[in-house]
Amino acid sequence: MIHSLFLINASGDIFLEKHWKSAVSRSVCDYFFEAQERASEAENVPPVIPTPHHCLLSVYRHKIFFVAVIQSEVPPLFVIEFLHRVVDTFQDYFGVCSEVMIKDNVVVVYEVLEEMLDNGFPLATESNILKELIKPPTILRTVVNTITGSTNVGDQLPTGQLSVVPWRRTGVKYTNNEAYFDVIEEIDAIIDKSGSTITAEIQGVIDACVKLTGMPDLTLSFMNPRLLDDVSFHPCVRFKRWESERILSFIPPDGNFRLLSYHVSAQNLVAIPVYVKHNISFRDSSSLGRFEITVGPKQTMGKTIEGVMVTSQMPKGVLNMSLTPSQGTHIFDPVTKLLSWDVGKINPQKLPSLKGSMNLQAGTSKPDENPTINLQFKIQQLAISGLKVNRLDMYGEKYKPFKGIKYMTKAGKFQVRT
Amino acid sequence: MNHWFKLNSAVASRLQPANLKQMLESSKDSAKLDAMKRIVGMIAKGKNASELFPAVVKNVASKNIEIKKLVYVYLMRYAEEQQDLALLSISTFQRALKDPNQLIRASALRVLSSIRVPIIVPIMMLAIKEASSDLSPYVRKNAAHAIQKLYSLDPEQKEMLIEVIEKLLKDRSTLVAGSVVMAFEEVCPDRIDLIHKNYRKLCNLLVDVEEWGQVVIIHMLTRYARTQFVSPWKTDDDVVEEYNENNFYESDGEQKEKDRNVKKTYTMDPDHRLLLRNTKPLLQSRNAAVVMAVAQLYWHLAPKSEAGIVSKSLVRLLRSNREVQYIVLQNIATMSIQRKGMFEPYLKSFYVRSTDPTMIKTLKLEILTNLANEANISTLLREFQTYVKSQDKQFAAATIQAIGRCATNITEVTDTCLNGLVCLLSNRDETVVAESVVVIKKLLQTQPAHHGEIIKHMAKLLDNITVPVARASILWLIGEYCERVPKIAPDVLRKTAKSFTNEDDLVKLQILNLGAKLYLTNSKQTKLLTQYVLNLGKYDQSYDIRDRTRFIRQLIVPNEKSGALSKYAKKIFLAQKPAPLLESPFKDRDHFQLGTLSHTLNSRATGYLELSDWPDVAPDPAVRNVEVAESVCWHH
Repeated sequence: MIHSLFLINASGDIFLEKHWKSAVSRSVCDYFFEAQERASEAENVPPVIPTPHHCLLSVYRHKIFFVAVIQSEVPPLFVIEFLHRVVDTFQDYFGVCSEVMIKDNVVVVYEVLEEMLDNGFPLATESNILKELIKPPTILRTVVNTITGSTNVGDQLPTGQLSVVPWRRTGVKYTNNEAYFDVIEEIDAIIDKSGSTITAEIQGVIDACVKLTGMPDLTLSFMNPRLLDDVSFHPCVRFKRWESERILSFIPPDGNFRLLSYHVSAQNLVAIPVYVKHNISFRDSSSLGRFEITVGPKQTMGKTIEGVMVTSQMPKGVLNMSLTPSQGTHIFDPVTKLLSWDVGKINPQKLPSLKGSMNLQAGTSKPDENPTINLQFKIQQLAISGLKVNRLDMYGEKYKPFKGIKYMTKAGKFQVRT
Repeated sequence: MNHWFKLNSAVASRLQPANLKQMLESSKDSAKLDAMKRIVGMIAKGKNASELFPAVVKNVASKNIEIKKLVYVYLMRYAEEQQDLALLSISTFQRALKDPNQLIRASALRVLSSIRVPIIVPIMMLAIKEASSDLSPYVRKNAAHAIQKLYSLDPEQKEMLIEVIEKLLKDRSTLVAGSVVMAFEEVCPDRIDLIHKNYRKLCNLLVDVEEWGQVVIIHMLTRYARTQFVSPWKTDDDVVEEYNENNFYESDGEQKEKDRNVKKTYTMDPDHRLLLRNTKPLLQSRNAAVVMAVAQLYWHLAPKSEAGIVSKSLVRLLRSNREVQYIVLQNIATMSIQRKGMFEPYLKSFYVRSTDPTMIKTLKLEILTNLANEANISTLLREFQTYVKSQDKQFAAATIQAIGRCATNITEVTDTCLNGLVCLLSNRDETVVAESVVVIKKLLQTQPAHHGEIIKHMAKLLDNITVPVARASILWLIGEYCERVPKIAPDVLRKTAKSFTNEDDLVKLQILNLGAKLYLTNSKQTKLLTQYVLNLGKYDQSYDIRDRTRFIRQLIVPNEKSGALSKYAKKIFLAQKPAPLLESPFKDRDHFQLGTLSHTLNSRATGYLELSDWPDVAPDPAVRNVEVAESVCWHH
């Protein structure tokens, strides 16, 4: 399936290669570079590039292209999903996934890749299992290894690999047993010029951090499970139990994992917690334009909106902007024409605003379109859909774990057309 | 400064092959490990480390497991190039294959089968056979992987390998299932007879197989089902299939009675239903490849009334990374042409955001256009208006094309769209204007009757517009409908005759074309002009244009030599031409199985396995029966 993997950085250097079958010459990447040149931005490089003898499938993350070389028919999503899993694994192992990190840990990277694929077919992709096969580097372990000469490589087959719970490692021990669940909802919305909603939906995830001894069996139930319209589960969730009782029942992996992603049914009206008042005008024949935006709270259920960030891609004709914010800091990059305004908290008594003028290139006519405003924000202690966890129970172990549930609402792809 | 220099040179010298060799031959494991790590670092960077082969291979039997692993990495990379030396390591692996630790047995098999040295084919064959009956399912899984490796090394072994595949297909471990089906697909995909007895077991194991294996099994079972069951679609058009779980277990008597009522009732084979039922939960998988695999299975196998359940899950995937979006949108584009209804409820999920990459934008636009109908067109056109103004001009141009397609497909809005496009002719951006001209040309062709005004408008544009395609389109329009604009057409010819030498080839051809048409309809005013243009064309640098000139002159200017065709020149040039069809590039793409690489590329990839048509009569379903005793035993 996957023949080879090349890692390419932003400046077009191949800084790592790995082959699972006969080595493929790195000149195959020339086709990739060609495509990269044709695309104006990294985002526009096509994920599938056919070449005379191979096909290049790539994902772009953390400013690195992960390019897989394929020789024959394979579902493209299979490869793409796998490449993303590789990136997730690196992130899990090294904390961040960057060129420097990968180069510094090249041996571990190689050992991990070796375990993840055999002859181009995925072998072990669960992080719990990988970590038993190859221990992630820590400062302490590096020191110990250099003194004692012990290794990062496990010599026993992880028992999880063979059991019915391949995602959990065995022999887990903690002195403090804790299980934390974060319910995080994101609002995707397009708001039109006049402030009315064109489309809005809520997507949520439940991310878990579970540090429990032994083989705990958990159930998690909701007050209002009907809200969940479309769900996807971590493989640990027992599907039948959900189908019949709407209860999440699972033996969790050890550590961090995403338990559930969900979509809130479209029938429910989505509360839009913020509004943006804007007055952006360009005039023909004038080299000055007016710019004014105000951000205010709308349906926030009495909670504070924080971490507000406004970004907008200004038209090419804008040379510079002289703006004064009522709070926060703003930057306009005259090269990329990107305006960003870090607003911070919204105080309903004193709404944040950003006002001023734009210098336009003389002689050019006014742009067809006003810029779109992208919004980011966070609301703590609130799941905007109203989803509530009812209870969390543990079976199979005797101790009493510490349990915590946190809610948060964030802006997903939240755009205001002006 | 001096210190640094020393340090650096020390590091550099340790990377020298001679030093690495020394380290590998040292008695200390730490030195060896250090050397191996450096060598692996070299391999990772794509540097050639093959000359160290003799020194490295000696360490294959090292007691230190990390050294051993790194030596394995090295062997897999270079054994092919140093076959003779590689043979030195074989006995170590043979010993490891008998190790009590299953991890060691498995990894020995992995390396042995990965070193691609033809001489050891018999040894590999033996190892695979033995491993396929190993007590550890993990070792058996590795045996399944080894099958493909041996097959690509020596295809002659096919028959023997099929025997192993047959044996492993019977394996009841979820760990083995995905890997052996993968081997089956590579080595003997046409041997569906091997699947029969394992079909129900695979369907039932599916939920518990790891995600990658699920994808492979689902694709294989899709192909299998298309050869074994009859089409559930025939009845869809007239009789809505009423399906409920109990239907299949009704007694024969009831069934016969029903048969009398309905002429020909379609009953789905319970095995066909089993597959649909057992794959459905996997739509909830976190793995996009699994969801897509189930979606394509439902598309190719489910009754049309049931295929809709996959839409929601596919739309969910659109929240994922851009690469996943790209593939999923392509597949939705193909689906939405044939079965609009599946995605109509999700129309707004395909609305474009200014932050989407261009390729995602154009795919979404494609789907929106496919979904357009009388009910939603006005909303869509309003949305398209925003897109036309986009700063991303490539996308704006694509939107204009989309408007054109909506206009031809939905007659109620043709005029509205046309008016909208005419407004765009005064847009400041040339790409937008050019694209509008091209689309208007196509639209006018479908109904030229009352559009003299638009043609006049476009004639005026010719003074300013420079994009060749647009100029050519305008000239073609004026030539084709020159009788509707009798005053303007000759003047346009006059102007373009002046600029002829500076025009693009595409435009030149259309000037010649315009001249010829005017010559035939209005020779009084344009005879001289046309001849002038033809003279220019005669000496043009492009032979394409010289050719065309010669051809046109022979055809329209009567002389003794001109053949019988001259009489029909007018009919030839001004014949009623069929209007162009504005079609989706995704039309008919579903002759490739959805979700495959071939579908994405829209051309056959090597190793693509054709999906067969449904058989008219189902082959004997009894071949899938398994002895009762056996089936009971795996249920518990």
